[in-house]
Amino acid sequence: MKSALNPRRFVAKIPLHLTILVFAAIWIIPTLGLLITSFRDPTNIAGTGWWTVFPKLFSGGQYSLENYIGVLRGEGLARSFLNSLIISVPATAISTFIASFAAYGFAWMRFHGRKVLFMLVVGLMVIPLQMTFIPILPIYSKLRLAGTFPGIWLAHTAYGLPLTTYLVHSFMAGIPKDLFDSAAIDGASPLKTFWRIVIPISVPALASVFIFQFLWIWNDLLVALVYLSAKPNVAPLTVSIANLVTNRGQDWELLTAAAFVSMALPLVVFFSLQRYFVRGILAGSVKG
Amino acid sequence: MAEVTLTNITKRFGDFTAVQSLDMEIEDGKFTVLVGPSGCGKTTTLRMVAGLEEATEGEIKIGDRVVNRVPPKDRDIAMVFQNYALYPHMDVFNNMAFGLKLRKTPKPQIKERVHEAADLLGITDKLKSKPRELSGGQRQRVAVGRAIVRNPKVFLFDEPLSNLDAKLRVQMRTELEQLHHKLQTTTIYVTHDQVEAMTLGDRIAVMKDGVVQQYAPPQRTYDHPANQFVAGFIGSPAMNFLPAKATTDNGRTVLVGTDYRIVLPPERAKSDLPANVVLGVRPEDLDGPAPGAENAIRMTVSVTEQLGHSLLVYGTVDDAQLVASLDPHRSVAVDSSIDLTVNLETLHVFDPETQETLL
Repeated sequence: MKSALNPRRFVAKIPLHLTILVFAAIWIIPTLGLLITSFRDPTNIAGTGWWTVFPKLFSGGQYSLENYIGVLRGEGLARSFLNSLIISVPATAISTFIASFAAYGFAWMRFHGRKVLFMLVVGLMVIPLQMTFIPILPIYSKLRLAGTFPGIWLAHTAYGLPLTTYLVHSFMAGIPKDLFDSAAIDGASPLKTFWRIVIPISVPALASVFIFQFLWIWNDLLVALVYLSAKPNVAPLTVSIANLVTNRGQDWELLTAAAFVSMALPLVVFFSLQRYFVRGILAGSVKG
Repeated sequence: MAEVTLTNITKRFGDFTAVQSLDMEIEDGKFTVLVGPSGCGKTTTLRMVAGLEEATEGEIKIGDRVVNRVPPKDRDIAMVFQNYALYPHMDVFNNMAFGLKLRKTPKPQIKERVHEAADLLGITDKLKSKPRELSGGQRQRVAVGRAIVRNPKVFLFDEPLSNLDAKLRVQMRTELEQLHHKLQTTTIYVTHDQVEAMTLGDRIAVMKDGVVQQYAPPQRTYDHPANQFVAGFIGSPAMNFLPAKATTDNGRTVLVGTDYRIVLPPERAKSDLPANVVLGVRPEDLDGPAPGAENAIRMTVSVTEQLGHSLLVYGTVDDAQLVASLDPHRSVAVDSSIDLTVNLETLHVFDPETQETLL
């Protein structure tokens, strides 16, 4: 506590605090504008700026849920929200699941070609995913995977695995070797060691990888557009919102409400799992 | 209970030979300590007994069974690691019960054995705690407890006390001694600390560069070191080594340096000594100051350290460093020259080429 009150230190940290405040403002102000606009009447939106609500912030009558009802029902965003969930949750779960097995193998099992294989997997990160569309799409249509949920789960899993494997690996490689020796003497097979020791210890790393991967898939437009097409029964939020911009570009009240619908879940995920987020950022660099 | 027999064990990692043709018989119920500087192959030897490393050559037997091809879990051994290796997500009870659970031991029996071991180690009130809530000493007790509940034929300890602070180390050392006395289980214990080796071991194996230098009861390694390395490694402060010329005078062996001339008693005479030898004398076998005494070594004092139970005097003789452990009530002035008498019974002579003990 003493150091925090030390005036010299406080002065020395002013530039840091200012930078943080500026960055926070750059992010928060448009988001706030988005949120307020999404609850306002179309005529009000056209007439006055969102900041004009501030003098009478809490007086009734100027907000309504109409815009949300409009996008969710009228524009079918409710279905898209569900589609986004159907795409993101399994795709994230599958890739985290496979990545944890792969990472354990690469980190702790002895087999020929382990290093080369690991380098290959990690090296795949440098390949831009756009390069893969043309060779993969014909295969997808032959296998009738295009436009289906399993098809996009597979695609997201494949694109996500190099990074997720790498992140989980760097955590698992930091688990002390003695723990594995101890498990071997206790009589645990490699699979038992994995389930009963490695996985419980790796929960923070797995959680952060899950969050990153989930957000990436949730916000993805390109992969969904290419492998799923824009059919409303399968299109996720990102695709539907992109369509909305094309079709209803003038209707700000709908666009802002739609944008907030797509932000809602990531915000909930972020705030409820903040501590894993921070740990996850550190996962690659600092052990633990 | 079982004896452990290592026959002609060699372990190579690529071009590096960690352990070279090691032969050792560890008697049933005895406490054997492998001691040596880091990199001497002691931990590798232990890990080969555990089955965590495979021996490149040779045969490992636990009891009557050759275990080279037997996985660690079926060797009926338990191991305690330097950094405890407790499972961080399990409480103390489950840490100790894990091995038993994997062996499908009936639950009531697991409970009984864990509680018995916890009682023995005084950690019963900690059974519900997670490892991170425990102090270093408590963690080490849990690690030992985990080994005990399995009731193995052989205990393996890999530097179990080196992460503890000095005071706790001494306390845990005594506890391990009592534990072994109670359980009488064959134990192999690895350490780099010669005090631990001396106090705990029924027999100790002093290792260097993958080779056992001497395998004997602790007092024997102190009284009759097999070579200069063992002589310098066992004992604290370490044995002094002075270059000397060996000659014979009237049938008696004489060791000569610039600042001393030591005539050995007739019963220790040895005629076939090489001309150049190394004289080894322990600090506690020096006495003085004894001005003008016969068979004395003259030393120039550079530093003195009062320890209460002894006075350590550091100085030089013939450009070599010398330490003497003297009666603490003597007074010795820094920069003075003093004569120190040598205990002729316990003086050692080594070959400077082979380092073997000559006398």
